[in-house]
Amino acid sequence: MYGKGILKGLSVTWKRFWDTYIDDISWLLRGKKRYYSEEGIKHRSSKDQKGIFTIQYPEERLITPEEARYIPFLVYDEKPDGTQEQRCTSCGICAKVCPPQCIWIVRSNDPNTGRPIPEPTEFYIDVDICMNCGFCAEYCPFDAIIMDHDFELASYGRSVYNMEKLLKPASYYKSIRPGQYAKNEAERKAKEAAKAAKAAAAAPKA
Amino acid sequence: MATTLPHTETTQPSTLDLGARFPGVVSADTRPSFKGWIVPKENLIEVATVIRDEFGYDLLSNVTGVDYFPENKMEVVYHAYKTTGGPGLEFKVQVPREDPVEVPSLINLWPGVDFQEREAWDLLGIKFTGHPDLRRILMWEGYEGHPLRKDWKEPFHEEDFKPFKSRWPDGQFYYAEEKNPYQDNLKFPQDFDPEQWIPEGDALLYGSLARYTLPQEDGLGTDRIVLNMGPQHPSTHGVFRAALTVEGETIVGLKPVIGYLHRNHEKIGERNTYIQNMPFTDRLDYFNSMANNFGYALAVEKLMNIPVAERADYIRVIMAELTRVQNHLVFIGNLLNDLGAMYTPALYAFEERELVLDIFEAVSGARMMCNYFRFGGVVRDVPDDVMQKIKDLVYERLPAKTEEMDRFLTENEILVSRLKGVHVIDSETAVRYSMTGPVLRATGVPYDIRRADPYSIYDRFEFDVVTRTNGDLYDNYLIRLDEIWQSLRILQQAIKQIPQGPINSQKPQYQVRVPAGEAYGRVESPKGELGFYVISNGKPNPWRYHVRAPSFVNITPLEQICLGKKIADFVALFGVIDVVMGELDR
Repeated sequence: MYGKGILKGLSVTWKRFWDTYIDDISWLLRGKKRYYSEEGIKHRSSKDQKGIFTIQYPEERLITPEEARYIPFLVYDEKPDGTQEQRCTSCGICAKVCPPQCIWIVRSNDPNTGRPIPEPTEFYIDVDICMNCGFCAEYCPFDAIIMDHDFELASYGRSVYNMEKLLKPASYYKSIRPGQYAKNEAERKAKEAAKAAKAAAAAPKA
Repeated sequence: MATTLPHTETTQPSTLDLGARFPGVVSADTRPSFKGWIVPKENLIEVATVIRDEFGYDLLSNVTGVDYFPENKMEVVYHAYKTTGGPGLEFKVQVPREDPVEVPSLINLWPGVDFQEREAWDLLGIKFTGHPDLRRILMWEGYEGHPLRKDWKEPFHEEDFKPFKSRWPDGQFYYAEEKNPYQDNLKFPQDFDPEQWIPEGDALLYGSLARYTLPQEDGLGTDRIVLNMGPQHPSTHGVFRAALTVEGETIVGLKPVIGYLHRNHEKIGERNTYIQNMPFTDRLDYFNSMANNFGYALAVEKLMNIPVAERADYIRVIMAELTRVQNHLVFIGNLLNDLGAMYTPALYAFEERELVLDIFEAVSGARMMCNYFRFGGVVRDVPDDVMQKIKDLVYERLPAKTEEMDRFLTENEILVSRLKGVHVIDSETAVRYSMTGPVLRATGVPYDIRRADPYSIYDRFEFDVVTRTNGDLYDNYLIRLDEIWQSLRILQQAIKQIPQGPINSQKPQYQVRVPAGEAYGRVESPKGELGFYVISNGKPNPWRYHVRAPSFVNITPLEQICLGKKIADFVALFGVIDVVMGELDR
């Protein structure tokens, strides 16, 4: 019969049309919020999703996975006495591995001896050139540079972030990437413990 | 640690001895870690005929040039394969680097070299004698110089190779664009009037349109009209321009004009270090960045001669097949868009694509620009919850939705009458024109690199190389559905077999050491054969980095495909080739 295929196809759209209502009503009857709630957003990006798929950005947002990467930021540790300690040692690996070469680092020099000290005086990231590849964070040996989750970066001019804008506390790092933070801390503690053990082993000899 | 061996053996030159067939003429390439045969340019056509007709290498997949600036030499490299499968044959022509650099064109043997030779002329300045239409292809007509030559420098040239010294340890910031003397790289003469300006190159372009004469069927005299479709046209999938000559509604001439998105990807790649190229490959075919990563990683791993961690191999296959599934679904949606069934099928396809991209984001950190592969493995492991999501998709969601798509469209009479019988290309022409991928398989040639020249761990999976026989638009639509089913089959096996273990056979290094040599890594990307030809001279940056992009090569026969067809079918004919501008223009 001519037109059978069209009807068959239309049954798909027809089913999808009713699905939107059925799904909404079933959520309503269960007394749950399908929209503007984390549970609803999770449901709408899962395999069981039927009906309306759209996430109403900016009122609601997709749940960002931990690995998500946008512009990098620099991490500082907050010491118990309230001072800030930068993790960056200005070793320059991030600047060397950066594919579009958007990282600029000025290394500090000791004013008395003229020798380099492990701390940057200036640190720039040209955000308009950054391609969000994540290499800097991946290869940083000190976990000092981390990819941020903030993706709303539209601006009218050229954005070049300096140290003031780049530095964020380790607690922020922990809040956006708890898994990676815990892993890094564990690694760091293990390293320190190994160092201490080595020192303890070497001490009696000396 | 369980590892698989790198697949270097499979791409060794064939045991067929080209040197014995042409004693004293053809010699083996004896440079260490180089393969293939060196053919004098006087004998090139003769040798190539033997390679094609006697040895049976019917598919000339890749043609590119290399500028050996320090040795004052230019080289043209050809990679020929058999559509029946097996390793390839590589042959090269070396000529002195003095203008004009001339090499005979192979266009009469393999018409598929058309665009690739034009590209080599455009970017490297190698003149192919006997080529009937040797115009620039990616740069504009009237452009001075050949940008891929080693002595070419852009307006603001900071340094030859990355990393630039100005970034560290004394990285005083400046804006690169302020140092560019041409600002936007444009300079107009003083009395320039855009209204009066006639582009010089267009005369050549329109001249080349009139190469064909078609018999007049109804005897009515009509004028020929030149019609420019694009570069801003909703159905050309990006900035693609087709200069068409039409007689009534029949296409009698067509020249694709491309390069609007050209950024000299290969030159950028030659100045990058090896690892820095990985995120740039994402930007080629931005629908399938996982497949692009795969090809580049294979090529460099061949050069470095390192194994891939076993678990990483499985992860790679899973990601590559997931990207194929979403690419083909979106292809079907976009094809329907092109045909006028606006948005509904495309949005149905995009729902599934979003779910696949959720997985990519969870493992790699980005939805489209994944940058997920590293030499020797992948960057990070797939967590268990993401693996569960993949399982849910592969076993439940994607089969159901593919089935739904099938029910939704396949038997639709309007779609069938629009697609069936509009012939795209026959198998022989497709092979001559170096076409690969689903378009070739829809003509009946069972050529799939996953089976013909298996890479990674594809030899462990059971799947069929699906073919269709008619090679019309409808077959091109159906083959995408078939391939989704095969990809799901591979995915189900890979998910079952995936072992635990490390995800990289190497230590993470921000600068890898790559021994001198050459390698051609190719994968079956969803659009066809994606090849990366990399030459290393032992330095941190590749000497030559060439991308054999399936989109670029597959549109070579576009004029042949469209000749004699109605203009209304052009959009669909162009649509089934499935091009992505990021890859086409590079």
